[in-house]
Amino acid sequence: MSSGEFKNKPLYIISSLVENKPGVLFRITNLFRARNFNIESITVGTTEKPDLSRMTITTRIDEAILDQLVKQLRKLIDIVEVDVLDINNTVYRELALIKIRAKDFTNRNEIINFANVFRANILDIGKESVTVEVIGTPDKIDAFKNLIIQYDIVEMARTGVSALSRGE
Amino acid sequence: MSEMSGAKALMTSLEKEGVDIVFGLPGGANLPIYDALVDANFRHVLVRHEQSAAHMADGYARIKRKAGVCLATSGPGATNLITGIATAYADSSPLIAITGQVPLNMIGKDAFQETDIIGVANPCTKYAFQPRVATEIPEVVKKSFYIAESGRPGPVLIDIPKDVQQDVTEIHFPDLIKVRGYKPVVDPDLSNVGNAVELLVSAQRPIIMAGGGVILSGAFSELQAIAELIMAPVVTTFKGKGAFPENHPLAMGPIGMHGHAEANRIILEADCILAVGARFSDRSVGRFDEFGKGMNIIHLDIDPAEIGKNKSVDIAIVGDVKSALRTMVKMLSKKAIKNSSDNPWLKRRKELIDYFSENMKDYPREMTARKALKKLRELLPAESIVTTEVGQCQMWTSLHFDVISPGTFFSSTGLGTMGFGFPASIGAKAARPNVPVVDVAGDGSFNMTENSLAVSVLENLPVIVFLLNNDMLGMVAQWQRTFYDRRYMGVHQKSCPDYVKIAEAYGANGTSVQSMDELEKAIRGALKTEVATVIDIKIDPEEDVYPFVAPGTGLKDMITGA
Repeated sequence: MSSGEFKNKPLYIISSLVENKPGVLFRITNLFRARNFNIESITVGTTEKPDLSRMTITTRIDEAILDQLVKQLRKLIDIVEVDVLDINNTVYRELALIKIRAKDFTNRNEIINFANVFRANILDIGKESVTVEVIGTPDKIDAFKNLIIQYDIVEMARTGVSALSRGE
Repeated sequence: MSEMSGAKALMTSLEKEGVDIVFGLPGGANLPIYDALVDANFRHVLVRHEQSAAHMADGYARIKRKAGVCLATSGPGATNLITGIATAYADSSPLIAITGQVPLNMIGKDAFQETDIIGVANPCTKYAFQPRVATEIPEVVKKSFYIAESGRPGPVLIDIPKDVQQDVTEIHFPDLIKVRGYKPVVDPDLSNVGNAVELLVSAQRPIIMAGGGVILSGAFSELQAIAELIMAPVVTTFKGKGAFPENHPLAMGPIGMHGHAEANRIILEADCILAVGARFSDRSVGRFDEFGKGMNIIHLDIDPAEIGKNKSVDIAIVGDVKSALRTMVKMLSKKAIKNSSDNPWLKRRKELIDYFSENMKDYPREMTARKALKKLRELLPAESIVTTEVGQCQMWTSLHFDVISPGTFFSSTGLGTMGFGFPASIGAKAARPNVPVVDVAGDGSFNMTENSLAVSVLENLPVIVFLLNNDMLGMVAQWQRTFYDRRYMGVHQKSCPDYVKIAEAYGANGTSVQSMDELEKAIRGALKTEVATVIDIKIDPEEDVYPFVAPGTGLKDMITGA
C-alpha cells in the first residue's frame, strides 16, 4: 500500500482478467513485492464468466513505472488481459464503511446531515457511534472522511476500487 | 485412452516430449516416480545433491537448446533444487523441475518433508504446476515444456503429490494444449525493423551489443551477416560471450564490470547501438543513466518487459532475435554497404585494440591465469564446450579465453552461482558427448559441488576441471584488497582439500601443475583420457582481474590496472 511520498503522483486504474483458480492472487501480490511496485488498492471478484475473475488495481506511480508494472503483469501466465483504464472514460467506485464516535444527539445529527449531503447511508446507530456507508470515487470518500474526522473515526474499512470502462 | 498410474503417465508424457535424460535423486515423496523410471525409455543420472541435478539439467539445456529435466523429492529435496532453478531463471534457461509432494490430504498439515515449494519457487520460475489428479499430468507436462521453451525461456516446476503419482486411472494424452494467458511475441513488427535499418545505415559509428538472446535463438549466422554488412564492431554482454566468434575481425569481446578494455572504450564512442537479446544489466552497462548518452539505441528482445526496464531506447523491436535479424539482413542487403578499407570507425577499433594489448600487462610470473587460459585455448579444439565457475576464474575466462565456435560457452552470468560450472559441464557433456567439455574453476567454487565427480566418473560423462587454484576466495579477496584496505576476512582456503587426492578418491584423474610445461602436458593428457580430470593449477593469490569497472560507476571510470 502506498505511503505519503506517492500522494502527489497521478492515479492509475489497472483492470485485468485473471484465471479464477487458487494461487493467482499470491502470484500477483508476490510480483508487486519482488519488483518494488507500490499499489494503493487491489480488488478481486467474479465476472460474468465463471472461470475468470476481474482484478482492479489502483496505484500512484510515474508513467515509466506504470509501463513496467503492466508489462510484468502481462508476463504472468495466469493473467489473461491487462488494461490501463482512461480515467475520463471509466466508471469507478469504492465503498467505505466508517464507524464514527458520536456520544451525543448533536454529534449524531451533524454526522447524519453530512452523510445526507454525500448521499451516504447510515447503517447502524449505537449509544457511542454511528456507522456510515459511503460509495463513490476514492476522492469523494477521502472528502467525506476529512469532514467527519473531527468526530474521531473508531474504525474504517474501504473496499478498494472497482472499475469498468464506459460503454461505446 | 489406457489405464495407468500418474507416475507412469508422467514417464509417457516426458517420452512424448523427446526427453532422453533426467538428472535426479529419489526420496519418500517421489518413490512412485522412481518406480515408474525403471521402465522408462530414457536415461536417469543419479546425482549426489539436488542442486547439482538442476545445474546438470540447465547445462544440458543450454547446449541442446531444449528443456533439461531434473527430479527431486519433497521438502529438502525440493528446496535443494532452488539455487539451480534460480540460476536457470536468471539466465533464461529452459528447465523442468519435477518434485514429489506429500499426499494431498497431508498438504498444509506441516507433514514430514513438506514444503510449500510452489510458494518458495514462485519468484524464480516462469510457472509452477501442482496437478491434483493423475488425469491432469499429461496436459501439465505439455504446458510446462511449452512455457519453458517458448518466448523468453525459463524454468517451470511440476510439484506432484505422492497419491497423485500413485493414482491409477484412465489417462488421455492431448495433442494440443492452449495457455490463454501466455502469448509470447515471436514475429517482430516490420516497420520497427525498417526504422532500425535506416538508423543503422545512417550511423557513422555503429556498434552491435550481442546478448544471451542471440545464443538462445541460435542467431549466429544472422548476427555475423549484419555485422559484416554494416561493418560494425561487435561487443557482447557476458551472457552473450560466444554469440559472435571472438577471433572475427569485428569482434571486441564482452563489455562490463570485467569486460575487455577496448570493448568498454569503443562503446562509449559509438553513435548507434544495436542491442540484440540483451537486457542492459548493471554488470554490463555500469550506470543506467550514463550508458548510451547521446547515442541512438535500438533494442531487440523477445521479452516486452525488457524494453525500457533499465534503459529507455529510441527504437524497440519485440520478437524472436533470429527472425528479426533475418529480416534485417534482407533489408540491409538492398542498401549501400560501407567500404571497410578506409572506414575511420574500424581504424579506431584497431587503434583501441593495439593500445590496450600494449598497455594491459600480465603479471611477470611463469604461471598466471591469463597464460594458463591462453594455453588452454591453443590446445582445445574450437568446437569444445567451455563453462566456468563464479568469481575470478569466470572473469579471467571472459577476458583471456576466446570463444571461436558460437554457442560453445556458457556460465552462471545472471545469478552468479558458485558451484554451477562443474555439474553444468557434466550436463553439457551429456548433451554433446563427442566434444571435450571444460569447466574453468576456482578452488572456492569447485569445493561447492565437487561431489559431482562421482556422477562424472560413474555415468561416464568425463569433463576437464581446469582449476585455477589461488587458495583463496579470490574475487572477494580482490575486493577486500581494493576497497577494504587489505583487511582480509573469510577468504583463505588454507590448501584444504588436496584436489589431486579428491579427484583420485572419486576414481577421476588428478594432476597438479606448477609450470607452463606441466600445464601443457596435463591438458594434452586430459584431452586423451576417457575419465574426468582435475588439473590443479597453482597461481598467485595476489593476482587481480583487470580491467575493473567498480560497482556504481560508469564504463568510462574503468580501472585498467593496479
